[in-house]
Amino acid sequence: MTTMSTIEISGLHKSFGTLEVLRGIDLAVEPGEVVCVIGPSGSGKSTLLRCVNLLEEPTSGTIRVAGVEVTDPDCDIDAVRRGIGMVFQQFNLFGHLTVRENVTIAQRRVLKRNRAEAARVATENLARVGLTDKADAYPAQLSGGQQQRVAIARALSMDPQLMLFDEPTSALDPELVGEVLAVMRGLAAEGMTMLVVTHEMAFAREVASRVVFMDAGVIVEQGPPARVFGEPREDRTREFLHRVLEPTRVSETEIGAHLPGNRGSGTDDPDP
Amino acid sequence: MKLSRRRRQRIARIGGYVVFALVLLAVAGSADWGRLSEAFFRLDVAGSMFPEAITIALRNTVAYTLLAFVFGLSVGLVLALMRLSSIGPYRWLATAYIELFRGLPALLVLFMVGYGVPLAFPDREIPGGVYGSVTVGLGLTAAAYMAETIRAGIQAVPRGQLEAARTLGMSHTRAMISIVLPQAFRIVIPPLTNEIILLTKDTSLVYVLGVTSTTIELTKFAGDSLNTRVNPTPLVVAGLLYLVVTLPLSQLVRGLERRAARER
Ligand SMILES: Nc1ncnc2c1ncn2[C@@H]1O[C@H](COP(=O)(O)OP(=O)(O)O)[C@@H](O)[C@H]1O
Ligand SMILES: [Mg+2]
Repeated sequence: MTTMSTIEISGLHKSFGTLEVLRGIDLAVEPGEVVCVIGPSGSGKSTLLRCVNLLEEPTSGTIRVAGVEVTDPDCDIDAVRRGIGMVFQQFNLFGHLTVRENVTIAQRRVLKRNRAEAARVATENLARVGLTDKADAYPAQLSGGQQQRVAIARALSMDPQLMLFDEPTSALDPELVGEVLAVMRGLAAEGMTMLVVTHEMAFAREVASRVVFMDAGVIVEQGPPARVFGEPREDRTREFLHRVLEPTRVSETEIGAHLPGNRGSGTDDPDP
Repeated sequence: MKLSRRRRQRIARIGGYVVFALVLLAVAGSADWGRLSEAFFRLDVAGSMFPEAITIALRNTVAYTLLAFVFGLSVGLVLALMRLSSIGPYRWLATAYIELFRGLPALLVLFMVGYGVPLAFPDREIPGGVYGSVTVGLGLTAAAYMAETIRAGIQAVPRGQLEAARTLGMSHTRAMISIVLPQAFRIVIPPLTNEIILLTKDTSLVYVLGVTSTTIELTKFAGDSLNTRVNPTPLVVAGLLYLVVTLPLSQLVRGLERRAARER
């Protein structure tokens, strides 16, 4: 038997009502791999990620995480989630708790670690993201970049074997993106298995072991970053990369089609 | 001459004050202050009400308020969670309760608990005598209002908070207790404090249950004094004592709301 994949997705479909968002996804992530998922907005990237830890219930298909079939109705999903860290676009730090409490509460309540042990692990992981001095601050007192780093420390403190990132830098001011990417780069270097939805193409090109391009609920193509970015095989990939890598060169008619004034409504347009 | 906009605004505002002051003066001037103070501000009558007005009447008013509030809060929390449940019958039951009790006068509910419950369960009674009946009688109505407030508070906590907690392996119940409810309660503290103010005033209905000299509250106490002294000064005293409780609470609500607005 070969070594077990960290994630094994096969035939995954997901619909919201009549809207089919995922239309047959097959994807495996091996231990130590960093897989970056790219693709246009609305293509189902977040939904794919959220299916892996069952924040969304798949309509059909199977998902295994470290050999455990999470789509099995008898699976103890709380136990599986303990081993999967997730970082959200909006950070989702617990606003009523200090940074240290954010990082210790699940250790205490879920892993039943004692106070001293939880605090020790918290300090260790806050050091990893460079925020030991903010342990007593509340999330509202931190910058977006600091909040996202705390969110990463919070996930790491559960000793996950897999980390999911859903556009972790998309809500950040441009000058704060770097500090979060640096932490993620460090994690990748330590050998953490990561599935990352991102629009940071430079990060994907540099850090990813594999890039997956999604569009309209299917994986259009995947491969090593140099190959996918350098010589994309599919037209849709080429088009997408052209748009995100050289946004200033997108033809004016294409942009015009997205402006509210050109949709024919025009009533809520504040411009004279 | 053309006036600047600021000049015009100032003149309009001053004009408003002048009209307001004139109306006030006219009303005050036409009242018979001699007879008014004779009737409503008799120091000897007021003096005779103390210390019982505070040691018994005000104390009971506060006790009824707090008891009904705690009962209403507990029932309200359960109703709010039922309203948000994924289980249909829980939702329907909670909705029916809330609509029913918000639609009925508090006085009627108090009556029903005071006289209906003993009829329905002759061999059992609500523990605590009048205190128990008031707790339930006023608390049932308060619960309906508080349930809606708490539900809104829970829904105001961003969905991502629950998702982040579940992602860390917390069960739904654990996530509600440790993450969602503490934040929801912060949001609803001002409206819940308002509910205490409303309850304080609603305790004036308690007399319908037939209170004794030890379980009497402010309004009934003032009414009794009014009858024995044949003078309405006790009403003024009772009113002032209500304000002693409610004004600081309103002030508190305003402070809390201001703080919440700052934290946004
Ligand atoms: N909870 C939901 N209910 C209904 N539609 C949803 C829900 N979540 C996502 N969708 C829809 O699914 C599609 C894919 O969404 P998403 O996975 O967030 O895309 P992406 O992350 O690639 O931008 C979108 O059209 C979105 O509107
Ligand atoms: Mg998304």
